[in-house]
Amino acid sequence: MTGYALRRFLGAWPTLFMIVTLAFFLIRVAPGGPFDTDKTLPPEVQANLDKKYHLDEPLYRQYGRYLWDVLHGDFGPSFQYKDYTVTELIGAGFPVSLRLGLSAIALALLVGVTLGTLAALRQNSPLDYTVMALAMTGISIPNFVMAPLLLLVFAVYLPWLPAGGWNGGAPSHLVLPVIALALPQVAYIARLTRGSMIEVLRSNFIRTARAKGLPERTVIVRHALKPALLPVVSYLGPATAGIITGSVVIEQIFSIPGLGRFFVQGALNRDYTLVMGVVIFYGVLIIVFNLIVDLLYGLLDPRVRY
Amino acid sequence: MGMMRVWIWVLALGVAASAAAAPAGLELAADQVFRRANGSEPQSLDPHKSEGVPASNIQRDLFEGLISEAPDGTLVPGVALSWEVERDGLLYRFHLRPEARWSNGDPVTAQDFVYAWRRILDPLTGSYYSQTLAPILNAEAIIRGEMPKERLGVRAIDDHTLEVELRGPTPYFLGLLTHSSTYPVHRATVEKYGEQWARPGRLVGNGAFVLQDWVVQSHIELRRNPHYWDDAHTTLDRVLYYPIEDASTALKRYRAGELDVTETFPITQLPWLRKHIPDEIRIAPYLGTYYYGFNLTRPPFRDNPKLRQALTMTVDREILTGKVLRTGEIPAYGWVPPGVQNYEPVEYEWKAWSKQQRLEVARRLYREAGYSRGNPLTVEIRYNTSENHKKIAVAIGAMWKKALGVRVRLVNEEWKVFLENRKQKQVTQIFRAGWIADYNDAYSFAELLHSRHGINDSGYDNPEYDALLEASAREPDPEKRKRLLQQAERIMLDDYPILPIYFYVSKHVIKPWVGGWVDNIMDHHYSKHIYIVKH
Repeated sequence: MTGYALRRFLGAWPTLFMIVTLAFFLIRVAPGGPFDTDKTLPPEVQANLDKKYHLDEPLYRQYGRYLWDVLHGDFGPSFQYKDYTVTELIGAGFPVSLRLGLSAIALALLVGVTLGTLAALRQNSPLDYTVMALAMTGISIPNFVMAPLLLLVFAVYLPWLPAGGWNGGAPSHLVLPVIALALPQVAYIARLTRGSMIEVLRSNFIRTARAKGLPERTVIVRHALKPALLPVVSYLGPATAGIITGSVVIEQIFSIPGLGRFFVQGALNRDYTLVMGVVIFYGVLIIVFNLIVDLLYGLLDPRVRY
Repeated sequence: MGMMRVWIWVLALGVAASAAAAPAGLELAADQVFRRANGSEPQSLDPHKSEGVPASNIQRDLFEGLISEAPDGTLVPGVALSWEVERDGLLYRFHLRPEARWSNGDPVTAQDFVYAWRRILDPLTGSYYSQTLAPILNAEAIIRGEMPKERLGVRAIDDHTLEVELRGPTPYFLGLLTHSSTYPVHRATVEKYGEQWARPGRLVGNGAFVLQDWVVQSHIELRRNPHYWDDAHTTLDRVLYYPIEDASTALKRYRAGELDVTETFPITQLPWLRKHIPDEIRIAPYLGTYYYGFNLTRPPFRDNPKLRQALTMTVDREILTGKVLRTGEIPAYGWVPPGVQNYEPVEYEWKAWSKQQRLEVARRLYREAGYSRGNPLTVEIRYNTSENHKKIAVAIGAMWKKALGVRVRLVNEEWKVFLENRKQKQVTQIFRAGWIADYNDAYSFAELLHSRHGINDSGYDNPEYDALLEASAREPDPEKRKRLLQQAERIMLDDYPILPIYFYVSKHVIKPWVGGWVDNIMDHHYSKHIYIVKH
């Protein structure tokens, strides 16, 4: 297993390098620059700005300079938010998005697995059909439709919850965004769990467990759940990606100062350094998370050998 | 040329002082907190690095310039207590109030302004607004890097006397001095922290409030500045600015009671607002023009004034503002909006004609330009992505199609891409544009169409127009100057380089317990005038 982890770790670097390179050149291909506005910028001032941020150098020089800085941990100043460095912005935005994302995944897992298991146990019952119908709705309704609806119902018409803002991560401010973010994932996880649980419940070792006279609860929780969760575990990789990209919309709608917003605003503002910083960050995150998930898979399923 | 010593005491001094404080007899809320939605996140709170309305709203609370504004927009003394204008408007001498203080207790001195203005004009600073100070002697040469910034026509005679030399009489100079780019900065702070001085815990300002907290993309919190010279008249203790870009989201938070005022509201919500909270709606004229520009450097509009005129005359502005927008925008038959100081609007002479007459002439001109129903014009309208822009483009396209048979193609682009294409003039034919004035004078509109202006995306180049503008910049008599500018506008309108559509309005919804918020044409609202009534 350690050998496997090491191989994956080494393989991550070329991936990361490709991500950085692609992102670097792609964002510069987009027309428009960081300092374009609809006010006059005298050519001398433009020239000075270009010089200061090295935008007047040939592209390969800028690239080399950027790589060098990054390897030294310097992600540069933000082009748009001139009073802050990229490291500071990511440092401020990441804990927020992390809290949001982890809470959403935890909620999605809890609710999704429970619902899926219940549906599997009562296969083809009214409960099963209800759960699956809800799952379908959750997958089909995009979260930029669901989120404002939740806002309207629970914050405006029924003034139970705040209508936005982060307030340092206070629980009341977490509720709506986490629900909005988790809903599509709940749907997928419920369906996955149901499907795989139905399969697992048909297998021989479950029949053995039941034949041994074990209480149903023990059969499910101790014996069926672990193998049934394997597809869910592999789904967690793309689920994280989904949460990360979904959070962009949610953060915008609920005015949450997370990383997703910086990403979108950075791209729209052509804030090269900020976008690069977030891309690298997300790249590392997804690679690491996928590695953890794969290792977890190995732990859960005794049949998998690395 | 005799010395003309004129003491100018602004009468509004008394008005401003009494307007700043809450009227007597009103019960104020215990918690004097004002929560404002503010559009996009400011890029910087450094007056020399920022760009855009959101940043200047906040800077207006953190700093104060030589001249300030009363709630209704009238100019009142700011840091400058009084001033003299001499040499036919070429020399201004400002006397600063001795009690003006920075938020750390240091006195505000004339040297602070000298330092600040040199810094903003220094091309190395990279300011977007260095052009604001262009009227000052040698400013433009300094921007171009041809002169060192020490040669700027600004002098500190002593700690409280500032002399400014202009390159030409500039009647709107005092109005310019309310602009956020002319605010002073605290030299020791800037030198200590370098680029990143404009942050909480570091920023030192001379305004009514200090920067308490700044969580990017979340909120900016200001607290009362006890060192401010007029702090006795400030009522608010805290101001919170929220960067909420989406107008719908802001409105939801407003309705939930989390905001006291929004920066704008979606026009689709206007019927709902008019039905449920009509007293909270504030719509007022705003100093800006929404227009389409013709690209004069390429076909079909190059050397084709008749075609341009035909298209301009065919647009039914009353339908656009009355039926499509419905938020009280004013149809624009000229370039400079009404309400500009010392100016009367210039309009197309066919404004008074009936719709029938206009269409007749438009059709004739269209034919003379070489087009007809059998040989229609195919043209594109390019705009940056937005529901409102699309609505207007669709409407105008339909009008042209119905009246003339023009085939219109709509192209929408993301903002930066759009700006780039507009500036390059390689692909545009008709492009959407909006121009909001930085200061309340006709020149801020007129200069856009000067052949050398950086945002003259039409490529309009008329030496007669340029000459009139340059003459107006040298003319000391305000009446003559006005006539020169009006003459220039008349010439420009007759060339049809642009198609004015409507004059902007500012739109807000504001809670009934907010006092001191007065509609004004620049839409400037200083928090020092605001108070919260008990509710």
